Parts: sequence; C-alpha cells; structure tokens
Amino acid sequence: MNFVLISFILLFSVSLYFFSKSRIGYFASSKQFKLKALPKYYAYYLSLWCALPAFIILVSWNILEPTIIKNLIFSKIQSDSLNEISKDELNLIFQKIKAYYSGNFTGQLSEGIKAGADQYKRLLSVASSSKVVIFLSAIILFTGFALKNISNNIHAREGVEKIIRIILFVSSVAAILTTVGIVFSLLFESIKFFTTINFFDYIFGTSWSPQKAFVSDVSAKMSPAELKELSEAFGAIPLFAGTAFIALIAMCVAVPIGLFSGIYFAEYASVNVRKFGKPIIEILAGVPTVVYGFFAALTVGPFFRVLGESIGLEVSSESALAAGLVMGVMIIPFVSSLTDDVVNAVPQSLRDGSYAVGATKSETIKKVVFPAALPGIVGSILLAVSRAIGETMIVVMAAGLAANLTINPLESTTTVTTQIVMILVGDQEFTSAKTQAAFALGLTLFVATLILNFIALRVVKKYREQYE
Amino acid sequence: MNKELRRKKRYQAEKRFQVYGIIAISLALFFVGLLVFKVFSEGTSAFSRTMIKVPITFNAEKLGITNINDNDEVENADYYTLVYEQFVKNYPYSNDEEEKQIIKLLSPDYEFEAKNYFLQNRNQLNKTVTLLFTASDDFDQLHKGNFPRDIPEERRRLSNYQLNIYDQFLKEGKIEKIFNNYLFSKGDSRDPELAGFGGAILGSLFTILICLLISFPIALSAAVYLEEFAPKNKLTDLIEININNLAAVPSIVFGLLGLGVLLNVFELPRSTALVGGITLSLMTLPRIIIPARASLKAVPPSIREGALAVGASKVQTVFHHVVPLAMPGTLSGTIIGLAQALGETAPLLLIGMVAFVVELPGSPMDPSASLPVQVYLWSESAERGFVEKTSATIMMLLGFLIVMNSLAVYARQKFEKKWN
Repeated sequence: MNFVLISFILLFSVSLYFFSKSRIGYFASSKQFKLKALPKYYAYYLSLWCALPAFIILVSWNILEPTIIKNLIFSKIQSDSLNEISKDELNLIFQKIKAYYSGNFTGQLSEGIKAGADQYKRLLSVASSSKVVIFLSAIILFTGFALKNISNNIHAREGVEKIIRIILFVSSVAAILTTVGIVFSLLFESIKFFTTINFFDYIFGTSWSPQKAFVSDVSAKMSPAELKELSEAFGAIPLFAGTAFIALIAMCVAVPIGLFSGIYFAEYASVNVRKFGKPIIEILAGVPTVVYGFFAALTVGPFFRVLGESIGLEVSSESALAAGLVMGVMIIPFVSSLTDDVVNAVPQSLRDGSYAVGATKSETIKKVVFPAALPGIVGSILLAVSRAIGETMIVVMAAGLAANLTINPLESTTTVTTQIVMILVGDQEFTSAKTQAAFALGLTLFVATLILNFIALRVVKKYREQYE
Repeated sequence: MNKELRRKKRYQAEKRFQVYGIIAISLALFFVGLLVFKVFSEGTSAFSRTMIKVPITFNAEKLGITNINDNDEVENADYYTLVYEQFVKNYPYSNDEEEKQIIKLLSPDYEFEAKNYFLQNRNQLNKTVTLLFTASDDFDQLHKGNFPRDIPEERRRLSNYQLNIYDQFLKEGKIEKIFNNYLFSKGDSRDPELAGFGGAILGSLFTILICLLISFPIALSAAVYLEEFAPKNKLTDLIEININNLAAVPSIVFGLLGLGVLLNVFELPRSTALVGGITLSLMTLPRIIIPARASLKAVPPSIREGALAVGASKVQTVFHHVVPLAMPGTLSGTIIGLAQALGETAPLLLIGMVAFVVELPGSPMDPSASLPVQVYLWSESAERGFVEKTSATIMMLLGFLIVMNSLAVYARQKFEKKWN
C-alpha cells in the first residue's frame, strides 16, 4: 500500500516536473505575465509542493495510525467490560486480537476477541481508505495552491530556495532528535527502574545478580523482604569495577605502544616507513570489533590458559587479561594516530630552539615536544578510554558473565556492556526490573562517555588554540 | 673523560629511544599479521567441502514411483530409505549401533541431495549412478585434518569403527573435496556442513542499503546547512556539539535507542534489516557529517565569490559549485562510515538480529542476520566445523571492508582537487 502510494507520488511529481517545464511558457503568455525565473524553477516549485506535503502526511499517518487504532480498541474493550481493566491486560488483549486477525492465534478464543478482531479489521480498512483519500486530496490541494501562486506571478526560484533551506535545516536538526531519542528512551525505562530500586542501592551496591528479578514479578505486590532482596540484586559496583579494570588493562597495552609508535612516526620515520607503516597499523582500527572478540575468545584466551597451566597458575579461559589485551590492540591505532597529529602540531620553532642549545633528538622530544603536546595526548587518551568502556563485542565474547569483584586479571570479570547484551538478547518483558536495569546501565554508560568526551574535546581544543 | 662518557650515555639514550619506537611499531604490525594469519589459516578450509561418492540405484519399486511423469509421485518418493539402505551397504556392520554410525557419516541432507539430482535427471530411473553426498561435519573435519586421531576414543567425536570406515573409503578413492558452494548460497543451519553465510550477506546488503538511503541525504544536507547557511547562534552551536558528541557515543547505546524507540514505540518488525538499517543510519549520520563538513570547508571562498559575482543566488552557488567540488571527500567519508556500519554488531544484537534464520531474506522486512552477527553466532557454537566457518565469514567481511576502503581512497585521490 505505502509502496504504491510512494511510487505514485514519485511518478506524478516527476512527470509534473517535465510537463510544467515545457508548458510554463505558454501558461505565462496566456496569463499575460513575464517569467521571473528559469522555467525549471517553476517546475521544481510545482513538483516540490505536490510531493513534499503529501509525503509528510503519509509518513506521519503511518506513525500515528497504529496508536490511534489501539486506543480506539482499548476504549471499546473498556466500555464493554464491567470492571476496570489494567493497562497490561489491555495490551495483552490487543496482542491477542492482532494475532487472531493475522491468522496465527493459538489458544482459547473468546467471543470478545472475535468481536475485537472484527472491529480491528473494520478500523484498518477505514484507516487505509481514508489514508488514500487524504493523500490524494493533499496532492490536489497543494498542487493547486502552487499553481495559484504561479499564476499570481510569484518569484519561483526564491520559493524553491526557501523550501530547500527548510529541508537543509530540518536535516541538521536530525542530530538533535537522535540525541533526544537516546536520552528519552534511556530515561524512560531507567526512571521505571529507579522507582523499584533505590538509586543508591544501584550505584553503590556490591552484588549484581539480575536473574533474581526474573523470578519475582515486579508489577505484583511484594513483601518488604522481597523488595529488599531485589534491591540487593542490582548493585552495579562489580560491573563498574570490571569495566574500569578491563579498560585499564587495555590502556596499559595501548598507551605505551600507541604513544611510542605515534612519536616515532611523527619524529623519526622516513617518508617510506610513514607511507606504508601507518596505513597497515590503521587496518587495526578498521577491523570490526566482533573479529577481535573472536580472536580473544578462541586464540588469546586459550593461549593464556595453557600458558598459565604450564607454570602452575589457574587462568580462567574468560580472563580479564585476554579481553583487556585484545581491546588494547584495538585501541593502538587510535592512540597512535592522535599522538602523531598532536606531536606534528607542535611548532618547529620549539624543536629548533632545543637543538640550538645542543639537545639530542630524543632529549628534545622528552623535554620539549612531549610536554608541549601533553594536553593533546591526555585528551586523546581520554577519548581512547571512553572507547574502551563503551566497547561491547570483545567483552561479550571474551570476558565472563558472572559479576566478580576482583582485581586478579586471571579471573573472569564482567562489564556494563556485557550485562546489557546478556539481559537484552533473547526474550524480554518490559515490565521486568531486569530489562529496565539494562537501560539504567545504558544511561550510566552514556553519561560516563559523554563526560569523558566532553573533557577530552575541551582539552584538545584548548591545546589547539594555544598553537594557532 | 667525564664529558666523553656523558656524551656516550646521551647517545645511547637516543638510540634506546628510537629502538622503543621501532619495537612499538613492530608490535603493532605483529598484531596485524597475527590476526590476518590466524583468520586465513583457519578460514581457508571452509571453502571446500568433503563429499562421499556413493553408487545409487534409483529403483522405481523402492522409490514407489509408478509413473515417471507424475510430478507429485516423484516429489514425494521415499529418497530417505533409498539412500540409507544403499549407503550402509558400503561397509560391513554387525549391529544397529554400527549401522547408525555409518549413516552418521553423511550429512542429514542426503535425501534432498538425491532428490534434487533425480528431479533433474529423471531418465536415470532404475539405473545406477555415482552420486556425491555431503559428508557430516565430523567426517569433514577429519578429512581436513582438524581432528587429532591419536586421542582416546571416548574423547573423540568419531569412533574407531568410523575411523576404519574413513580409512577404507580413502583407500577406495570414495572421498572427494569440492568447492563449497553451500557457504555462499545457504542460510544458517544447526549442521556446520550445511550452514552458509548467504543469508547474512543478503541481510548485510539490505541493512547497508537502508543505512545509505537514510544517512547520506540527511548527512549531506545537514553538513551543507551547517557549513554554508547556518547563522551563528545558540541553536547552531547546540547542533554542532550534538554531532560531535553523537560521533563518540558507544554503538550499543544506539542499539538501546533502536530497541526502546523503533521496536517498542513504533512497533517495527523485530530482527529485520529495516530496523537494523535505521539504527545504524542514526549511528552513521555524524560520521558522515564530519568529513562532509571538512570537505565543504576545504573548497576555497574564491569559488563562492566567483559564482556570486556573476549573479548566482546563494543556493545556486552552493549546489552548482561548492557541493560538486566537495563531493569526492564527502563520498569517501560516506563509504568509510558505511564500512564501519557494516562491521557493527552490538546494536544489531539488541534489536534482535541474532535470530536463527535458515531462509534467505527476500526483502528488508524479513528476519535476517548480518555478516558480523553471523560471526558472533557461529563463534558461540561448540562444533569444530563452525570455527572454520566463522573464520571464513570474517574473511568475507574483511574482504568487503577492504574493497570499500580502497574505493574511498580511490574516490578521494582520483577526483579530489587540490587547492594550493
């Protein structure tokens, strides 16, 4: 249906474009006015006015239609029933009606659902026919409006340019809408979560076992003892610690290697080494994280276990060390290219001054270039940290699932992102505190990376201004 | 003397420092090499498939076919028993257990393989032909040398009896390796020898296409607005800060957005390329806007001034002159953004693209997997056969990424104008 309407709109506006482009000259002379712009602008004007409003109507109709139909059915069910029905029950009945309508209903069939399905079918057909009517009348109406404007001899190019500017502006607002969408979807579920679980229990609790919430239903009334048990199941400290720990291991790998290779590329490397070495290292940045996860889980993890066994250490096959090490490898190019950039931005005059008093190259780098580039390097390391804590696939595949509060790199730990994935992959109910907990974790992650990025970008910007 | 010694020390420090740099670079290069070597050494064997040659007689009586032209009868004939009985004859067995072990050497799809052959060669009724049947995963891995034979029987997936059959078959020349077309043409399967990433490639293709269709026009318009039209005010600043922050938001957060908004509020179908594409396009948006803005900024003002001077309007100047000149950079940024989206896994996990999908998706509205998700799914499977499949999928994925990135570099180098 939508496909037909969209192709219709496209076909119609394109043919309108060509038709009006060839006819506008006759039209103007018959109305006795002189064209103010090239014929194609009149054609653009017409076809934009024909297609855009109709398209916007179509999209918003499609977004609103399910909700309106749902509410209509809800009010029908509500008025048919004698006693009050809760929102969850209404949803359930609606799902049944929809399933019956689409023909894959299994289970007990009541009269009410049959009647509901009949009504649903009726509403759908009413909705789809009124959609077509409104759609077509919008096309006619707005095309007529544009035609009238043209016959009033408006400046077509200015009209078109105004529309284009509006489209451009709306597109740039999409970025804000995305952020708003993220914040709202995270906040909405998180607030529900924090109404059952105390915020401080979550942020300072030391035991994480969300499977408890799966057993007991939150929406039902709970005894204080159960509530207490539930609030103890969502202490996120082990997750924060695990995330920080793995990120720390990753930074221990990435910072020295990235820093030294960045400095080498910027200061010592010959043109050829730069030309071939840099792209090869940047391959590491282009490799999908799932590949690193596979590498960590099937190569590095078992390697450490065998190595540990041979010297008498017990190493978990899902050790924090393996995940952190591989994550570090992933971040190397990130640190190295940022370091390269910042070191290159240090003015040559500083180096020349240092050489002039007899310092060697490495002394110049250590005593002059590095301190001068330090703010930028710190900024890039902060950016790398924010990547490390937001990284998902490596830890999902290579780190553990159980929340241990440990600082032994050979044991398994879990991270915020791992838990989000573990909770949300597979079946979920949106009333469960467990599912909501994933969104609370997501919110925490979002805020943490936002703060890190904000500081990092500030530092880098300040540093740039210093030398410009 | 003291001076000499100090200078020597300083020069040594200089050398040491350089060596640190070289060590760091070689370590990074070593990791690249290790990764590529590991994937290729494990993945190449997945591109071949072990087949067993079995002489099969299409006995009309056994198949229950009375009229060869009756399509219904040929379609529904009992190929299962036919192949079963003729295959177990290939090796002597003494009890039911051994009989079962023999048939387990074939992949469970043998009846369809026989059927497909017969449907195309109906004239073979009552004749004997030698057919190639896909071997089971364990047999396949044994033939490829991935199963050690010298461990105790109870820890092996194949019994001594089955190993003897293998040796016998090998001696008789009944085993053959062919190119694994299943890998490209099939969807997921519980049996490694029948699993392929065809469905995942289609899913990835749909996802990336939708991502491109949504993110490219919006990102380009946003970049043009911000770079050419935006007035200097609070709103513009807010948009800019937003874009920079969005580029650094962890990808999993976009998955939560897709789950919370696209699936729960707009009730779009779960596990589909449509939702995956929309989610990834939101993530890709800032990653295209930033390079697009950079290349718009690189177009020198003289171009704009020239156009304005001959009477073009602002919009005409931008769309006739500035945007075309900024296109190479924008396109290469778009391709790189899409390449990142192609390798993204975490958001797709959250919107349910981890479902076990056997059929190939026919449209973006069908449930499907994508290449990186397939890597994740197979790497979680226990069978040895999936390890090589995973590596082969990674090879495929890396292949696509290399092609896309070289395209981006080519677009930039070939078409970009240098302005100085």
